[in-house]
Amino acid sequence: MSVASQPVPAPAPSAKEAGADERTGGVRLIVRLLQRPELGALLGAMAVYALFATVDATPGHRFSSIAGMQNWTDVASSYGIMAVAVALLMIGGEFDLSAGVMTGTSGLLLGMMITRYQLNVWVGIVVVLVFAAVIGAMNGLLVIRTKLPSFIITLATFFVLRGVDVGVTKLLTNTVRFDVSDHAPGFASAQAILGSTFLAPYNFQDAVLWWIAITIIATWVLTQTTFGNWIFAVGGDANAARAVGVPVVRTKIILFMVTAMSAGLVGIMVALRFKGIQSGQGVGQEFFYIIAAVVGGCLLTGGYGSAIGASIGALIIGFAQIGIIFAGWESDWYYTFLGVILFLAVGVNTVVRRRASSARR
Amino acid sequence: MNDSKKVIPLLEVRNVSKYFGSVIALRDISMQVNGGEVTCVLGDNGAGKSTLIKILSGVHPHDDGELLVEGHSVHFGGPRDARAAGISVVFQDLATVPLMSIWRNFFLGSEPTLGIGPARRLDIGFAKKVMREEMGKMGIDVRDPNQPVGTLSGGERQAVAIARAVYFGAKVLILDEPTSALGVRQSGIVLKYVVQARERGLGVIFITHNPHHAFPVGDRFVLLNRGRLMGSFAKSETTLAELTQMMAGGEELERLSKELEKMATEPELEQVARELAQEAGGKPG
Repeated sequence: MSVASQPVPAPAPSAKEAGADERTGGVRLIVRLLQRPELGALLGAMAVYALFATVDATPGHRFSSIAGMQNWTDVASSYGIMAVAVALLMIGGEFDLSAGVMTGTSGLLLGMMITRYQLNVWVGIVVVLVFAAVIGAMNGLLVIRTKLPSFIITLATFFVLRGVDVGVTKLLTNTVRFDVSDHAPGFASAQAILGSTFLAPYNFQDAVLWWIAITIIATWVLTQTTFGNWIFAVGGDANAARAVGVPVVRTKIILFMVTAMSAGLVGIMVALRFKGIQSGQGVGQEFFYIIAAVVGGCLLTGGYGSAIGASIGALIIGFAQIGIIFAGWESDWYYTFLGVILFLAVGVNTVVRRRASSARR
Repeated sequence: MNDSKKVIPLLEVRNVSKYFGSVIALRDISMQVNGGEVTCVLGDNGAGKSTLIKILSGVHPHDDGELLVEGHSVHFGGPRDARAAGISVVFQDLATVPLMSIWRNFFLGSEPTLGIGPARRLDIGFAKKVMREEMGKMGIDVRDPNQPVGTLSGGERQAVAIARAVYFGAKVLILDEPTSALGVRQSGIVLKYVVQARERGLGVIFITHNPHHAFPVGDRFVLLNRGRLMGSFAKSETTLAELTQMMAGGEELERLSKELEKMATEPELEQVARELAQEAGGKPG
């Protein structure tokens, strides 16, 4: 990689494309790789994995075993599903600080419907997702209508929901927890799909499969579909997008709805898995989603990023959280570690953005 | 300003006015745009150029008068209607999304797709191929279709927007101040694209406040001042000096030159004052 600074022409890896313009001799493979938003995250993940595999103090090196993998994928999946949704929203140029608390609100709503009103679990799931979609649409509409930064609007939503979560739970149960009865109709089938485990001796969480599926779908949408093109456009330059006929308002509102519905899904999974949910569930997690998305290459200013990158970002969070425990360190260092990772990622992203938005000639 | 040709113009504006409340933004404007011609709309800031573009591109409806596309009277309900009628606007800085690749920008808002239902996806191969071809027609060889538009020069970015408009069936191309943010060299490049679009048979409306950019490429010149039509000329009927003088308002230039003369203690300033006086029309001061 030191070749770049030398005047001697390096052998071009993509010789087939050469011949169009003698000044550059085609686009080098390395350059093309460096253009990928998730590359930095991938290298970072490898380094973090290597670090915690080395400092692992458990007998039998649990971190690098399959049992360890079960541990860190469990953590990563709970952040990952949301990180992907938040990444799409960030690429679309907006934030959602209510994404964390929304997981709690959704789980509590499901618990309330199942335990107090004896609804079928599947009906409850549909109601929760519709409710989440409405909250997301409200976030989006408020952002569009008021023209205020989504940071402020969703911060308000965050606090409103946080209060409602605790207030309503206390009002109805006199505790801070909603139990989800496993005798409820439809509970067994719902839990099997959303809150159970697979791969018998190791017992990976179902959420891991959901996480992988959602990452693949989001990547497909982002890179291969018209809507994905619109997401990049509304985040990159909403006025330019509007000028060529992209429905900017619709695109942004859908992104807010998708984020809230993903939070609904995560809340449902938590409630079913633990047969109950705490009223403070999800509070503070929105920052982990944003960290994962940024570490994965999303620009805070929008218009650039990737879903795979956000998933890798979530994976790094999983490595760090489990790795620090296995290393026998004080677990509070976890936050410091994530802070440093975030710093590094933002540094790399800034360079990328400067490269991408300044003229080459 | 009656029809001098028998040909039906691509776009014709007849006595159009536009009011915003009590403000008269445009009054009694008439102009014609023919295929294979560049019509330059000249005017200083506040002359009504932007309002005129917005009427032509369907953003604002006109209040009085008539808008004719190929001889048929139209009322645009929005920008989509105008685009469907073959009228495309290339805005100065709203043309492209810098962080997106050239091919994504090229097809933004009108993406080609393959398949149906949930399998419906962008036809990326087609998009890249067409983009390369269309940019090639403008004399730009795109090496890497994935290159972000932000890494292109200002002139090339305009070229992407122009090539895109032409590809999507624009018959009338409105260029809104395409050179105002550019340096001399880049402006020259954009002017080259203007001529190219004309050669390909498009009716080009070139909006500018710089007569030095308008005169070399224009076939007709429409001058606006404070929402009114100051004049409309074919190239043979006018000169660059005349255009410049009318644009700035002859009297105002005269006054400026007088003021400068009074203040002028340095020979350079005196020279500027003399030039202003000349541009003001050579009328005896």
